Amino acid sequence: MIGEVIRLSTTDPAAPVTPAVPAGVDDQPAAPERERAVGSTEVLCFLLILIGILHRPIGALVANPRLQTWLTVFVSVMVQATPFLVFGVVLSAVIAVFVPRSFWARALPRHPALAVPVAGMAGVVLPGCECGSVPIAGSLIRRGVTPAAALAFLLAAPAINPIVLTATAVAFPGNPEMVAARGGASLVVALLMGWLWLRLGRTEWIRLPHRAHLDGLPRMTAFWTACRHDIIHAGGFLVVGAMAAATINVAMPQQLLHDLAARPLLSVLALAALAVLLSICSEADAFVAASLSQFSLTARLAFLVVGPMIDLKLISMQAGMFGRRFAVRFAPATFTLAVLVAASLGTVIW
Amino acid sequence: MVLAFLGGAILRASITDLYLRYVKQGLRPFLIAAGTLLVITAIVALLQELRHINRPEAGPEDDGHGHGRSGPGVGWLLLLPALALLFVVPPALGADTAARAGSALTDNREVAYPPLPPGDPAELTLLDYGYRAVYDHGRTLQDRRIQLTGFLAPGPDGQPMLVRIVLSCCAADGIPIKIGLRGQVPQAPANTWVRATGRWIPHTAKDPVNDADVPYFQVEDWQHMPAPAEPYE
Repeated sequence: MIGEVIRLSTTDPAAPVTPAVPAGVDDQPAAPERERAVGSTEVLCFLLILIGILHRPIGALVANPRLQTWLTVFVSVMVQATPFLVFGVVLSAVIAVFVPRSFWARALPRHPALAVPVAGMAGVVLPGCECGSVPIAGSLIRRGVTPAAALAFLLAAPAINPIVLTATAVAFPGNPEMVAARGGASLVVALLMGWLWLRLGRTEWIRLPHRAHLDGLPRMTAFWTACRHDIIHAGGFLVVGAMAAATINVAMPQQLLHDLAARPLLSVLALAALAVLLSICSEADAFVAASLSQFSLTARLAFLVVGPMIDLKLISMQAGMFGRRFAVRFAPATFTLAVLVAASLGTVIW
Repeated sequence: MVLAFLGGAILRASITDLYLRYVKQGLRPFLIAAGTLLVITAIVALLQELRHINRPEAGPEDDGHGHGRSGPGVGWLLLLPALALLFVVPPALGADTAARAGSALTDNREVAYPPLPPGDPAELTLLDYGYRAVYDHGRTLQDRRIQLTGFLAPGPDGQPMLVRIVLSCCAADGIPIKIGLRGQVPQAPANTWVRATGRWIPHTAKDPVNDADVPYFQVEDWQHMPAPAEPYE
């Protein structure tokens, strides 16, 4: 337990680079600056004591029903997303540690423009929601896959995998064409974004979190180190996104939606924006879209195409995984493209 | 440490029935697996650190978790859901959601409604009752005693309604299904769980929030009940 606490002090940017020395371990000489720094042990103890003292006041505070709903939604987004996050991270650690670099060079076409569709289609085989695909895409880039292809995978995987498409079919029993429209539009947006990145993207926008020296470590050590790093990193940003989503979920006046539904053009934009704000898991969003039945099918298609690609928790996670400079460009571009593709496809079909 | 906390909190919630307040039952094996993995990751990290401490020549540079400037200070946030799950344990969605969100009955499903399950009274979910009452015009509900289970929430007119939250994935997408009550309307505070027995009446209203249909139910008898382990439909 003490060792675990030390590890965290190295993950805390505020803490010194050298691990704090716990009491009882004296084979490492204490550097003078260590005594000044507040280690994570102190923080944690303080926090636990605080909770012990404030247990009741906190309980009374959350007796407010609106706040309780917020907490429930927040916790449930986290509980729902954690398995997908963990498995995504494990898969990405496998990619990072056990799959040799040469594999990707052989598996993907040499030409980046061709690698994009192959990577996009590969998203079909990843049955998960979007939280898992962010660390996987990061891992792919780290292993030398061209960013354009990795981004196409990132956008396509959560929307076109069999579980999500099945859920869509179940949620829209009267409109089977919705499944094809969703899969098609999502794939088109993912490929367009990949190619757009080839033309306009700059590698320096992507700043992957520094994950040092994995190569020098024994494989199992490297595997667990990668897992731990990615869970803490992506998970932290997932918390930020979940809090934002819960806030929107609780604060959004439903009457407003109702009024928007009456205007065709505005309703497409409104549902696309709602998809960003609500940050619902891509496996569930079809059911929510189905329940928004006062909106046109085109507007609901926009909801389904935008949601898995870009939403509050994804923006937060992407900013954490690829850097802020990347996220401020990638998110609006994806949003615009997704709305355009969904709206034009919807107009053609319905 | 953060990971051990989060993993432990998720394991605890998934081994007890607490997780049902937040997600669907089908997620349970995945939750247990994910919680276990988190705890294992934390334990492995602990062992790795201990090995480092015992080998003082291993400098901090090659300890394998060099983090950039934007390092996982943000990881501390993972404590929030863990602590909330361990200490606060937020309740399942209830009357507050029912008041805020529109009812689920907005879409006519063109399906054939099979006869009610046998038994007197016949047990139905609120959603099933709602669909049969509104879109099948109560055909299969006539001349039968029906039992519905849900919690009470004040309706727009102040009268209690029988409500259940319908979940498709997690509580973030929960939508209430609301049933108006007539007859022996239970007089109890909001969020009280009741089992009501009664009959279908041909009356529907509109939910002011989203114009959804709200069917009515003639209550003949009702009793208190503890909140079910699976609070959602």
